[in-house]
Amino acid sequence: VRRELHALILALLGATLFKLAWTGQYTRYVKPGVRGYLYAASVVALAVAAVTLWQSLARRRVAVPAHTDQGHSDSHHHSDDIGLDDGHGHQHGRFDVAWLLVVPMLVLLAIAPPALGSFSAARSGTALGAAPASNLPPLPDGDPVSLSVLDYASRAVFDHGRSLTGRHVTLSGFVLPGDAGTWYLTRMVITCCAADAQPIKVGLAGTVPDGLKPNDWLQVTGSYTTQQDRDPVNQAAIPFITVTSSTPIPTPARQYES
Amino acid sequence: VTVTRAASRGGGTAAPPRPRRPGIGAVELFILVLLVTVVLRGWLVGATSSARAQTWLTIFVSIVIQATPFVVLGTVVSAAIAALVPPAFFARVLPRRPVLAVPVAGVAGAVLPGCECGSVPIAGALVRRGVTPAAALAFLLSAPAINPVVLVSTYVAFPGRPAMVAARLVASLVASVAMGWLWLRLGRSEWLRSPQRPELAGLTRGTAFVAACRTDLVQAGGYLVIGGLTAATLNVAVPPRWLHTVAGHPLLSVVALGLLAVVLSICSEADAFVAASLTQFSLTARLAFLVVGPMVDAKLFAMQAGTFGRRFAVRFAPATFVVAVAAAVVVGTVLL
Repeated sequence: VRRELHALILALLGATLFKLAWTGQYTRYVKPGVRGYLYAASVVALAVAAVTLWQSLARRRVAVPAHTDQGHSDSHHHSDDIGLDDGHGHQHGRFDVAWLLVVPMLVLLAIAPPALGSFSAARSGTALGAAPASNLPPLPDGDPVSLSVLDYASRAVFDHGRSLTGRHVTLSGFVLPGDAGTWYLTRMVITCCAADAQPIKVGLAGTVPDGLKPNDWLQVTGSYTTQQDRDPVNQAAIPFITVTSSTPIPTPARQYES
Repeated sequence: VTVTRAASRGGGTAAPPRPRRPGIGAVELFILVLLVTVVLRGWLVGATSSARAQTWLTIFVSIVIQATPFVVLGTVVSAAIAALVPPAFFARVLPRRPVLAVPVAGVAGAVLPGCECGSVPIAGALVRRGVTPAAALAFLLSAPAINPVVLVSTYVAFPGRPAMVAARLVASLVASVAMGWLWLRLGRSEWLRSPQRPELAGLTRGTAFVAACRTDLVQAGGYLVIGGLTAATLNVAVPPRWLHTVAGHPLLSVVALGLLAVVLSICSEADAFVAASLTQFSLTARLAFLVVGPMVDAKLFAMQAGTFGRRFAVRFAPATFVVAVAAAVVVGTVLL
């Protein structure tokens, strides 16, 4: 019965969402704040699937005696209609669009595509956006101080590095080859999901390690430099950092900044 | 790609009725598809290992995951409308004259926090509950654009420019109400497939609610997948560089960002941040991006076609695009 197929598809949907939220795999695709909504959606999908399957099991159990009971078989017939006809005049023999919902779930479970990296970052211009409020908060304490790539780039471009001068900063991101042998330390920034991801790029000057490959994750320590570059895609300013030391790091659990 | 083919082949063979036990084949096929995927897993991973394929898949599943909670919310609300709200309710709260019901429904869109995927099933449920289609369509267009969550994120994305929030609110509302009135004037009811669900009538409220949830969820979800595939394909196929060649032209840039909104299919809660980063474009062009996005995009088109029929969607979406761009140009010229 189509109703039971739909229940199974919803069970697959609910189980997949639950697995994504539980394992943290969801941070490759959506912002961290979505976790609670994923659990909620997963519970609704699993509940609808469970109620539906339970109802059809119960109906099957009464189905045999129902043949002798006119009233029973009448009500049975009624509810069976919902399953067969989804209210859009579908007939048997037409493709049931619900099958498509299986595709992304199997992609997530079997392939588990990785977070966006240098392929996307190279296609889009650095996205510093509108200038934030003119007075940035002072740099936090620490020597070196850990900053997000977005924070560093904003301070370097909009504040002309005023809050950065004289300080050692640590940044981490993946590397992206630029024109003329430059490497950009890059982080993707997402607001909702990976479809709106945009890169923030910071050029590496000073002692840049040899043998880098695109998508390698790197932690660099260095200081502000006035050097800037223009992003070939959108002509936006790309600030630089003079690197004094750098270490390769494993891919972090949360690859996006937001 | 192979998964897609396997699944759609599955649907094709599942559909013909079995002579003895109808529908059992579909359930067995579902299990078969799962098993085949498990067996072919290594091959699938290898076949999609290029950077382009991985980006495509990541964007595709991201759109689906991001939208699913909103689709679930929209489904539950629409199922509640279908199963729990008496049919006469909307006739009582909305003005009787359709001309007045349209702006009321447009403004009512402000109370539904969420993005565009949730409002499609709700608008479908409103039509089924006897709301005049023009008013339901005004609600469909305005809800994702003018709700508080979207306006606040617009405010945050454009620091120091509160006029952007006002312009988005006004232009979106104007475009939604204009589309509602346009539908009253030019729309034909035969374009609109408004599914009646008499089968819910004989059921208890609880059973009707679960049945409505289930059918809405798998259907909206299925069309969401079509939309996600389209948006991800366009996202990977269209090189972003072409955009920047038209940034300087006052009119072309508006149309270009309107089209970009259609292509990208970004959630309306996030689009303001993308618009903010398109700094080489005029504010009016970026307003067009914000007004068009929640009303017409690749993902929404598939979902609207699923709920209201393809004949509706091929007329409604282009008209909405033109009206939304025009509203953005006029409001942007006055307010920005």
